[in-house]
Amino acid sequence: MDTQTIKSQKKSIKTTERISGSEAIVRCLIEEGVDILYGYPGGAIMPVYDELYKYQDKIHHVLTRHEQGATHSAQGYARISGRVGVAMATSGPGATNLITGIADAQIDSTPMVCITGQVPSHLLGSDAFQETDIVGISTPVTKWNCQVTRAEDIPEVLAKAFYIAKSGRPGPVLIDITKDAQFNEFDFSYEKCTHVRSYKPVPETDVSKVEEAAKLINAAKKPLIVWGQGIILGEAEEQLKAVVEKAGIPAAWTILGASAIPTSHPLNVGMVGMHGNYAPNILTNECDVLIAIGMRFDDRVTGSLNTYAKQAKVIHFEIDPAEIDKNVKTDVAVLGNSKVSLDLLLPLLEQNSHNEWHQKFKDLYEIEYEKVIKNDLYPTKEGLTMAEVLKEINIQSEGKAAIVSDVGQHQMIACRYADFNVTKSNITSGGLGTMGFGLPAAIGAKMAAPDREVVSISGDGGYQMTIQELGTIFQQKAAVKVVVLNNDFLGMVRQWQQLFFDKRYASTEMVNPNFVAIAEGYYIKARKVTKREDLAEAVAEMMQSKEAYFLEVCVEKEDNVFPMIPSGASVSDIRLE
Amino acid sequence: MSTEEKQLYSVSIYTENNIGLLNRISAIFQRRHINIESLNTSPSEIEGVSKFTIVVNMSEVNIKKILGQIEKQVEVIKSYYHSLDDIIYQIAGLFKIKSELLFEERQIQNIIKESNARIVTVNKDFFVLEKSGKKEEIVELYNKLSPFGIMQYTRSGLIAVTKEEMKISSLLESYNN
Repeated sequence: MDTQTIKSQKKSIKTTERISGSEAIVRCLIEEGVDILYGYPGGAIMPVYDELYKYQDKIHHVLTRHEQGATHSAQGYARISGRVGVAMATSGPGATNLITGIADAQIDSTPMVCITGQVPSHLLGSDAFQETDIVGISTPVTKWNCQVTRAEDIPEVLAKAFYIAKSGRPGPVLIDITKDAQFNEFDFSYEKCTHVRSYKPVPETDVSKVEEAAKLINAAKKPLIVWGQGIILGEAEEQLKAVVEKAGIPAAWTILGASAIPTSHPLNVGMVGMHGNYAPNILTNECDVLIAIGMRFDDRVTGSLNTYAKQAKVIHFEIDPAEIDKNVKTDVAVLGNSKVSLDLLLPLLEQNSHNEWHQKFKDLYEIEYEKVIKNDLYPTKEGLTMAEVLKEINIQSEGKAAIVSDVGQHQMIACRYADFNVTKSNITSGGLGTMGFGLPAAIGAKMAAPDREVVSISGDGGYQMTIQELGTIFQQKAAVKVVVLNNDFLGMVRQWQQLFFDKRYASTEMVNPNFVAIAEGYYIKARKVTKREDLAEAVAEMMQSKEAYFLEVCVEKEDNVFPMIPSGASVSDIRLE
Repeated sequence: MSTEEKQLYSVSIYTENNIGLLNRISAIFQRRHINIESLNTSPSEIEGVSKFTIVVNMSEVNIKKILGQIEKQVEVIKSYYHSLDDIIYQIAGLFKIKSELLFEERQIQNIIKESNARIVTVNKDFFVLEKSGKKEEIVELYNKLSPFGIMQYTRSGLIAVTKEEMKISSLLESYNN
């Protein structure tokens, strides 16, 4: 019997059994293949936790130390695995604490399903204890959300939630379930969702648009590819590599696109954007055809739109029609899934090498190397640089580690200097810039991919926003390597204060605690490095550790991240100092 | 007219009938600081499909972006925008006026006749006038009646059908398959 027949037979002999709404929720999660979820119990979600207790051999619930941590862990899980992350919380404050993670997942297109408990339906709207209108609150930051007040609606709504979260351009979905719906019994059966009438997740790729794109690319003398997370989400890494290699096009990446093509690839010309590499930023304003793939022309990428790639024909490969012409006017828009589009594009491309054009990238890299990179990686001053730490991590991990960064200077340094030799290796909060993202996201990443080395890199500021998740690391025995690059400042804000606010360091200096003692308080092996001669050995010790390890590196207090495109300036006005 | 210039547009949004969708749609306008001039929701020609008619004053460049954001919503089937020249539309105005004026002020009777307004109800205290048409016609009537004293006045959202065909039914069919 072929699988198709089995499937259709299965559908027709749908068996039902009478169970509670809360058991149905857990059964739905298991049906969707959820093995791990992150959350925090409370009054309105207790029936579900009671069922999680019964099903603990099938589904592992991770108790985070704050609901925000649950969302970031679910995001880390999703980002490293490509699967849907799941977070759960109670009503009221439990639910509102999810919002930052949901907003982060929305802007970074991360598939996530959040389930919140809600007060019994007869109390809705009465300002009951721990009641909050979480559907109203989460509306602008979810791909879809829904409140369930009847037990019998649970399977259909949850099936839809997973389908919507994962399909097309992924995003977060929140399902709010009243306590009476959790308690009530009904005849349960489960069917996966494969279609929603009003929702077309992937627009069809128009072959004639692909042909138009190919024509432009083949005629181009100075083409430049800028790829984004659409490559990773669309699992089009191989396709992109094939296109880049066949047509010989220099290819740059946005922060969320990092790792789709290895750092070491000769045509990988680095990161675009505010703290990206010199060459791809400068040459964005010199290329004749700009090929954007699965990226959305964020303002941190484009700088001033008035002076962004005005000389170039713009081709935009994109799954979300709303992104076309949103920020940059496109000459050819190719809608659809990146893998499908690039598969269609590849045979139409002519072999090319663009040697002269590529040489320009190399020349500009040399300038960046002399002015910035050399000093970052091989400093002659006494203080340690953040980049040195990344260099040691690269050496120890052979560039295979997943780097989970927080937000700020260390994040930019991590993205600039980490070797990404495996896809899905750069997990960071790109669009929302959520400080506190890193540590809990690293936990989720490590649990989703236990065979991978996961290194969390935070600054002293962001680290303290979700530092309590060390408790989760300890309880779960998650072997996350936690690095804090400590400069006793909110470094990125301080950098801006130095450059744009006449060095008025308003509330950016941090008086920090004994981080090693805190980690040790959670029974995590910990070490602090203040001198260059100890760094390599300390990083080696951390990377060799089979369990969680905390490493604090005290770095130069007032280092700046360069290159830098000042806010509102043109990409070609990128500063090297 | 240049695509950068602002003008009134009627946005028609076909949706699944769903609680909370109004919130989702209005949030899209709110984010970009766009004032909704009028809004109407009603069933559409297709069973189970609702239709929002929203009037906004904005440029064509921006309305295209807004439509992209609207169509992205899971429960939105399709949305369209039209300039007011491309649609047949009506707005209704209701005026509540003291009944005594109807008899004391001869001129009111003339105004009613000339404006093609309809008397919906009359009792000894007040009567209610209804006038459908373009906004300017209703405002004109308001201006004429205003000096006599209006007890209550309200104007509905714009409702419209398009001059061109809207291929929503066939679109839905293709979605179902």
